[in-house]
Amino acid sequence: MNAVTSKREPLLRLTRRDGIPRPQAYAIRVAGVLLSLAVSGVFIFAVTRLNPVAVYQGIFDGAFGTPRRSWVTIRDAMMLLCVGVGLAPAFKMKFWNIGAEGQILVGGVVTAGFMRAFGGRIPTPALLVLMAAVSLLAGCVWGVIPAAFKAKWGTNETLFTLMMNYVAIQITSYCVALWENPVGSNSVGIINQQTRAGWFPAVLGKEYGLNVILVLLLTAGMYIYLKYSKQGYEITVVGDSENTARYAGISVRKVTIRTMAISGAICGLAGYITVAGASHTISTVTAGGRGFTAIIVAWLAQFNTFVMILISLLLVFLQKGAIQIASQFNLNDYASNIITGIILFFILGSEFFINYRLVLRSGKEAAK
Amino acid sequence: MTTDLIVRLLQSAVCFGTVIMYGAIGEILTEKSGNLNLGVPGIMYLGGISGLAASFFYEFNNPDPSPVVCLLLSFLAAFLASALGGLLYSFLTITLRANQNVTGLTLTIFGGGLANFFGGSLNTMAGGVGQISVAATSAVYRANINNVSNLGVVGSLFLSYGFMVYLAIAAAVFLSWFLNRTRAGLNLRAVGENPATADAAGISVTRCKYLATCVGAGLSGLGGLYYTMDYIKGTWANDGTIESLGWLAVALVIFATWKSLNAVWGSYLFGLLFWVYLIIPGLGRKDIELFKMLPYLVTIAVLIAISLRKKRENQPPAHLGLPYFREDR
Repeated sequence: MNAVTSKREPLLRLTRRDGIPRPQAYAIRVAGVLLSLAVSGVFIFAVTRLNPVAVYQGIFDGAFGTPRRSWVTIRDAMMLLCVGVGLAPAFKMKFWNIGAEGQILVGGVVTAGFMRAFGGRIPTPALLVLMAAVSLLAGCVWGVIPAAFKAKWGTNETLFTLMMNYVAIQITSYCVALWENPVGSNSVGIINQQTRAGWFPAVLGKEYGLNVILVLLLTAGMYIYLKYSKQGYEITVVGDSENTARYAGISVRKVTIRTMAISGAICGLAGYITVAGASHTISTVTAGGRGFTAIIVAWLAQFNTFVMILISLLLVFLQKGAIQIASQFNLNDYASNIITGIILFFILGSEFFINYRLVLRSGKEAAK
Repeated sequence: MTTDLIVRLLQSAVCFGTVIMYGAIGEILTEKSGNLNLGVPGIMYLGGISGLAASFFYEFNNPDPSPVVCLLLSFLAAFLASALGGLLYSFLTITLRANQNVTGLTLTIFGGGLANFFGGSLNTMAGGVGQISVAATSAVYRANINNVSNLGVVGSLFLSYGFMVYLAIAAAVFLSWFLNRTRAGLNLRAVGENPATADAAGISVTRCKYLATCVGAGLSGLGGLYYTMDYIKGTWANDGTIESLGWLAVALVIFATWKSLNAVWGSYLFGLLFWVYLIIPGLGRKDIELFKMLPYLVTIAVLIAISLRKKRENQPPAHLGLPYFREDR
């Protein structure tokens, strides 16, 4: 046995905060975002030799420089938000739905299929409703399969949903080859380009008005569902402790499957909005990594769907800006993923300073 | 169906398998410490691009590159950059206590962005035209005995690969020995199973997790290096293949039930499943896409089978994906 030696108090130690005033928590988050913007600025400077002010001017120009660009930025932010809203109930239940990408794709594929098959044969409003219904159903099925196995046998959902993504991607590739137009182009092309059958109509004179309205309705609806409904409460209990849920007489199995049905269905609907309301085509990049980015959006917002609006806008704003700068300098679009990564790393790191504080040896307490 | 066709299929399977084998054994080491690192695709991207970039700059500045320097530079760059990716993940999840899944996914986005950005524009930035290419380094990675002395079918089946194919098998065997037969390996597994007990027994949980995650990430990154140097012959393609291979590597970890020796044959089997359409006659392009679904479907089947049978030795480390903070007990 070693003798117990008395050690000096370590230079830094951690203590958990009992609770932090909300303004202070947001101040820490904002500091994290600002720091990440500074680091991203350094990265862009290193690559392009632009001066940092010009960098941010370029980013702003890329995102909001023209009305057209502003609308594309808003459209893409809404798309990301929609997926985030879809993921919120699943993650609140601590069900790791990594499969949003696949759920978006199957929703998009059935939308494109119906658009091709019935465009011009039935009136567009009816077709839009029909496509919405089938995309909800497709996403729902894609979400329920892993949920059912998880509920019945405890199959690991993180990896199951992940694999379902690739099944969906291959199905999409299959459909792209099947519907190829023109032959040999390896793409579906714009569906119903002349007739615009099955496309979202302009609402209030705005091309993407309907996208915005739909997604904002979903956002508000999900907020109320999670916060004020009985089912939302059940989700919270299952997420916090399955044993408590069982003790309270909540059927964990039922809640798991029901919640994933909702989550998958909304992600499927995101595919519908993408295909019918924005791209009017389908390819394996229709989801474009949103399924993964949205996980982080949902997590960082702590499932508050209104905070998600801010985070999606911030991320899409920076992505568009980075793409603009990249194209100015003949570089490629992936710069935006680097910047997204940097920002997310910083926001993730800043959560630590919200939950803990560092205490110096002298006993003086550092705020950060 | 000719012998030639079958040999070609098996060769493709081995090459494909090697990429994901590196990814998987690195991730096995990481997961044994209790860290579920979903950043494997990002880390493989980092490994691939760093190896490529290092040899690119060397070849770009030296008209007559020495093979040994090419090899060392790219290998070390790939390993270190990937390990740095692991360090970033460890710092966020272990020291800053961020959520493991979210951090891993962020690392995948970041790594993929970094790699595709530089892979697509490195050559432009250096003032060249067209795609990046490192012929000299790639030749070192692809050198094999079969090219020198033609040994027939046996030669093309077993000796026609670059050294990294054999290195992957060696690494898997070594990892298996390390995890089952050495004190350090057993300590590591204890950390992954029950960190509180390991902590009480005097094992430094933090150090164990950091080390396992960084070295594991370094190993995974070699998969990316093998992919760029050997599989696509020292070039770069922004087609997202590394990402899908990275996820397949994560799948392989489950398929192998966290045993690196199983990962060896498992990876070749995945390769076989992926390329099996080569020997099925009369397939159209769309049918091929459906066949490429096979590895994922098989993984799902294995995942379900594992959860159904509940054999103790096939279960993931008990503390996988969960954070361990001493004072939170």
